[in-house]
Amino acid sequence: MESIRIEKTRKTPDVTFNADTGKIQIEGKSIPENSIEFYKPLVDWLEEYGKNPQENTEVNIKLEYFNTSSSKCILDVFKKLETIYKNGNNVVINWYYEEDDEDMLEAGEDYQSILKIPFKMIEMEE
Amino acid sequence: MSFDLLRWYRKNTENDVLVSYLGSVSEDVISSLLDKLEDVLEKKNIDLKTLKKIYHISVEALQNLYHHSDAPKIPKNKSAIEKNVVFILKEIKDDENKSCKYYVITGNFINKSNTRVLKERIDQLNFLSKDEIKILYKLILNNDQFSEKGGGGLGMIDLVKRSGNNLTYNFYNFDSNYIFFTLRIAI
Repeated sequence: MESIRIEKTRKTPDVTFNADTGKIQIEGKSIPENSIEFYKPLVDWLEEYGKNPQENTEVNIKLEYFNTSSSKCILDVFKKLETIYKNGNNVVINWYYEEDDEDMLEAGEDYQSILKIPFKMIEMEE
Repeated sequence: MSFDLLRWYRKNTENDVLVSYLGSVSEDVISSLLDKLEDVLEKKNIDLKTLKKIYHISVEALQNLYHHSDAPKIPKNKSAIEKNVVFILKEIKDDENKSCKYYVITGNFINKSNTRVLKERIDQLNFLSKDEIKILYKLILNNDQFSEKGGGGLGMIDLVKRSGNNLTYNFYNFDSNYIFFTLRIAI
């Protein structure tokens, strides 16, 4: 299966979805006006990946900013990962937030409370 | 008397302005306003937490304008005043506390028929406690619905949640079809 590699833009994050290593990373800003257009291919990819996933899938989310329409799409991404986890595979979501960024920590905790999947909150020092 | 947009804009940009814009809204306009805003804020001595709040609220406020302004359908090369939106970021110094308050002010035209729903929605959000806002936010986040305009239904509630303040609004009569809706978010 092909991996996904998308370079960041002013409004969309840097994305790496690696099918061979099971490493998934979203990093940067996610503030597009049309977030469904950006995230749909990622959700579709996870659907496909979930049919034959790696033993361990590690997800690193390092978002600086995200808008509310991205927040719903990110939940869709997580729900696909939750399905993979529920099927008996190891999946962990590492949610990074900058020191003192309480809003970003709280956003991670919101996802954690909605989903049944291992979450780690990781504070990044400046 | 009919609403005079230019006069309202002038009055609201007389003092304390960091960023201001009057014109039509597009993805590019939002990008360049955000670039400008980042530039302006970086030069100031604002703590990271406040800076992030201002940026976040500005993104959401601008995208609300993009998704929810109602303008008449007119040929591309023609302009209509109803196409215009307003975005203002203000910094007001508080001498007593030696601190600054920030305000994001937006304005856009909406169809008269949408006024009541919008007013009720903001009044409802203003009425809720912080904890209730958090619960409502999570409910809407998890409801799997996107509007036909592509919004997730979280824009307005996010402004209340992040700012921690009530939203101040006004509706100005423009003509028989349109209302000019202004929103003020204290940060």
